[in-house]
Amino acid sequence: MTVALSGIEVARKLAEHFTGAIVESSEKAIVISAEQLLPVMDYLKNNPEMAFSFLSDITSTDYFDYFEITYQLTSLEHNHKLTVKTRCYDRHKPVVPSVTGLWQGANFMEREIFDLMGIAFSGHPTLKRIFLWEGFEGHPLRKDYL
Amino acid sequence: MEIEKSLSATYDSKSIDILEGAEIEALKASSAGVIPDPDEWLNEEIKRNIFLTTLDWAINWARRSSLWPAVSFPACCAMEFMSAFVARFDLARFGMENMRSSPRQADLMITAGTLTWKMAPQIKRVYEQMAEPKWVIAMGACACSGGIFANSYAVVPGYNHIIPVDVYVPGCPPRPEALLYGIQTLQKKIARMHNTITVPDLKKALEPEGVQGSA
Repeated sequence: MTVALSGIEVARKLAEHFTGAIVESSEKAIVISAEQLLPVMDYLKNNPEMAFSFLSDITSTDYFDYFEITYQLTSLEHNHKLTVKTRCYDRHKPVVPSVTGLWQGANFMEREIFDLMGIAFSGHPTLKRIFLWEGFEGHPLRKDYL
Repeated sequence: MEIEKSLSATYDSKSIDILEGAEIEALKASSAGVIPDPDEWLNEEIKRNIFLTTLDWAINWARRSSLWPAVSFPACCAMEFMSAFVARFDLARFGMENMRSSPRQADLMITAGTLTWKMAPQIKRVYEQMAEPKWVIAMGACACSGGIFANSYAVVPGYNHIIPVDVYVPGCPPRPEALLYGIQTLQKKIARMHNTITVPDLKKALEPEGVQGSA
């Protein structure tokens, strides 16, 4: 069984390297500020102690006040996993850095979020709709759609 | 590779998407109404003599006994279709064990599954590529009316918005028995079809052109 790492313990380790990156941490997840997302993700992937080489999933949630993007990371080497979140407060032009540079698998998952939730990922190679067609109005998974 | 190169010289990926989006929007705008089922001929007065009836019977027998289905399985009803297709229910009994990957060799489309607007132009194209005569069985609730997705922004509410449908098989998904019943219904329908050979009215044809108007 894959061990779920405690968010609090990981946050304690991250605090040694990054200042002001961790917004919130609980047993289940850590919330990283969007500005420091890329360096923290890079650390989580490339640090041999963490070695999160596999990105299982990216999802997004609409909380009205902000969007939350959730990354499920898995380490095949250590057989442990971690949930990382980041938040985006601008409702009209939400932008989050893309992690396609770290995990190629993020490409389609970020396009899906861009299509259905309308969150742009800066640095994404081909950011365009994936399920709906070009010219479709609105982002259906947003709470205020329709 | 040569084709890809010349394509990429003409269109970049973004403009292909824009073209596709325009095609889907145009299709969506043009298919707000429902295409009537092609069954007017079922109640038509029969205008044939005995010989042609027998010929019709032979043609219809040949057509209904070797229905070759085209591939159009966008969703989960395809599982039931597979079940109906293989040994236990055995569609081969109806002369249709031949799945055609090319629509040009097929004459029956079993639309097993939800159709999204993004997929709709492709299904329409497959239907248009099939040679006449051709029939369509709408299999499952989604194919008949959109099913539980009828109000969705992305789903076509019934295949009859895109293509004319001959037989509707309800169910979510319909059991293989239901599909077999639908196929048999279609076969009965084909058996009643009369082909486009009509007997010329000899008396009218022999009359000189000018006389016709005065008479």
